[in-house]
Amino acid sequence: MGKSLIKVTDLKKEFITDEVVTKVLHGIDLEISMGEFVAIMGPSGSGKSTLMHIFGFLDRLSSGNFLYKDKETKDFDEDKLAEIRNKEVGFVFQSFFLLPKTTVLENVKLPLVYSSQGVSDEKAKKALKAVSLEHRLEHFSNQLSGGEKQRVAIARALVNDPDIIFADEPTGNLDSKSGDQVMEILEKLNASGKTIILVTHEQDTANHAERIIKLRDGRAVSDSKVTSRRSTSNGKLVK
Amino acid sequence: MNLRGIINISFIGLKTNKTRSALTMLGIIIGISAVIIIMSVGAGAQSLILSQIEKVGSNLLSVMPGNASDDGPPAAAFGITVTTLKYEDGLAIARQVPEVLAATSFVRGIETLSWQNQKLDTTFVGTTASYLDIEDTAVINGHFFSEQEEKGISRVAVLGFQAAKELFEDEDPIGHKIKIKRESFEVIGVMKERGTVAFESVDEHVFIPLKTAQKLLLGINHVSLIRAKIDNSQNMEIATEAINQVIRDRHSIKNPKEDDFEVRNQAEALEMLTMITDALKFFLAAIAAISLLVGGIGIMNIMYVSVTERTKEIGLRKAVGATKQNLLSQFLIEAIIITILGGITGILFGSIFSGAVAMVANYLGYSWNYVVTPSSVIVGFVVSCAIGLIFGYFPAKKAAKLDPIEALRHE
Repeated sequence: MGKSLIKVTDLKKEFITDEVVTKVLHGIDLEISMGEFVAIMGPSGSGKSTLMHIFGFLDRLSSGNFLYKDKETKDFDEDKLAEIRNKEVGFVFQSFFLLPKTTVLENVKLPLVYSSQGVSDEKAKKALKAVSLEHRLEHFSNQLSGGEKQRVAIARALVNDPDIIFADEPTGNLDSKSGDQVMEILEKLNASGKTIILVTHEQDTANHAERIIKLRDGRAVSDSKVTSRRSTSNGKLVK
Repeated sequence: MNLRGIINISFIGLKTNKTRSALTMLGIIIGISAVIIIMSVGAGAQSLILSQIEKVGSNLLSVMPGNASDDGPPAAAFGITVTTLKYEDGLAIARQVPEVLAATSFVRGIETLSWQNQKLDTTFVGTTASYLDIEDTAVINGHFFSEQEEKGISRVAVLGFQAAKELFEDEDPIGHKIKIKRESFEVIGVMKERGTVAFESVDEHVFIPLKTAQKLLLGINHVSLIRAKIDNSQNMEIATEAINQVIRDRHSIKNPKEDDFEVRNQAEALEMLTMITDALKFFLAAIAAISLLVGGIGIMNIMYVSVTERTKEIGLRKAVGATKQNLLSQFLIEAIIITILGGITGILFGSIFSGAVAMVANYLGYSWNYVVTPSSVIVGFVVSCAIGLIFGYFPAKKAAKLDPIEALRHE
């Protein structure tokens, strides 16, 4: 087991809209270590995305404890959260979220704009090389295929060399071939030491991880090691 | 925060919506150029008005018939003929007031001038031989009528430059007989070209001796205006008082409130005109500024739409580490870029347009100054920045406050 990265105890989350309280997470206890490849699974409405948002500092918990690298996160102010999102965390979303009418390079450089290290083309090019898109620098985002878009999004997540990559249904909008490519990249990143937290409702996709946490109705119902781990480099996916 | 990076992404943001950015800018362009044009054209018109008055001559006092009660305009301004002022009043002023270098009286009327088959409807001015000492003009051909000719009710005429040209074309008019209202006059001189003076084309006038005009053409014995030239601009007030006294004595007026004349100072008139034209200029500029306000509201409107439309982008930016401050800056900078570019375009357009107006006015023979003051350029620039800041602030704040999750989920 590596060093503790995320540790939550009795994590609860509720949303209040128009005085109606919707409880989404009902007390989750779990710990994720550095370098793990974890899949969070569950049907829609199970709270998996909400959990990922909290882990990724996009959202805050309602009650419970959340230790990040053994530090209590309650006292982190908004700027601190933004800094963590910028430097230590990378997001990959189902629908890519690339800036329209903007080049691949500019898209990948986006997180650098908000970092104190300054904007450099070199870093962005390095990240694009990691997803084998170094030849597409000046293409506009709307000129790319779905798989390429998602790879640009991964490069964007990588550009500040984060510890964790959160992938929210990264293959959800892709055909199986592109999906495989994306998962292969995530595996490689995990092999190079990055912690990957994958949210998916597809078992096949989840099987790329080494550990699967299943949620149902806001509770963790199982947490198990993957015995027969799928790897795109070892064999083909079976539908 | 990386300001250069944020300015860069603001530019990208604007470029993504070129048409919209340009249309938003249009409001500012119109507003700023309107202000620049009004300030510049206003200054040009002011210079024109003032130069027209100054062209008459310097250090002049005018005596008008009729009582100006409570600083109102003289009765003559309402077309009422007041007959209290006489030729002898002018003579007395010239004789008795030491500060007066010369004084001349005027009467005028409109008649048809004719020579052979040529006809010209124009203004005849009856004045005295001292006219040339008062007004800033001269005779270029022949001579002006002498005091003898003036007092002897001679039938002589001095033509304005344009009147001579129209009546005689290339022929030398000196010595020819012209007719004014069936009376025959001998042309003895032609005045130099002056252009418009006090908005009158004096080049088309014809000048004849005062008494000749009074008796032969008008059948009156009063004058409509006396003009006096004062030795020194410092003495204007003393001279005004002295002239008042001389005429009161002549008209047996004890109480100044019963004055049947009015002495006006040209310098004062200029000052008053400057005040009026300034007020007009700033009033118009204020109206133009309203269009800036409308432009600003347009920017706010578009920025709000833009923030709503780009909710996802804002969510993404937050997800990759943008702070509230970053987003506030980005949207503010976008608004300010629009207004600054609009402002600069407006300043250029306004300057070019005012320049064209000045060129046309000068071409038409008016002395029109082309003035775009650095201060109006600076004000235009600062105002456009301020509009960007003020009207961009609330939409930018809205963008900054968006919850990243809500923003990413936005459809």
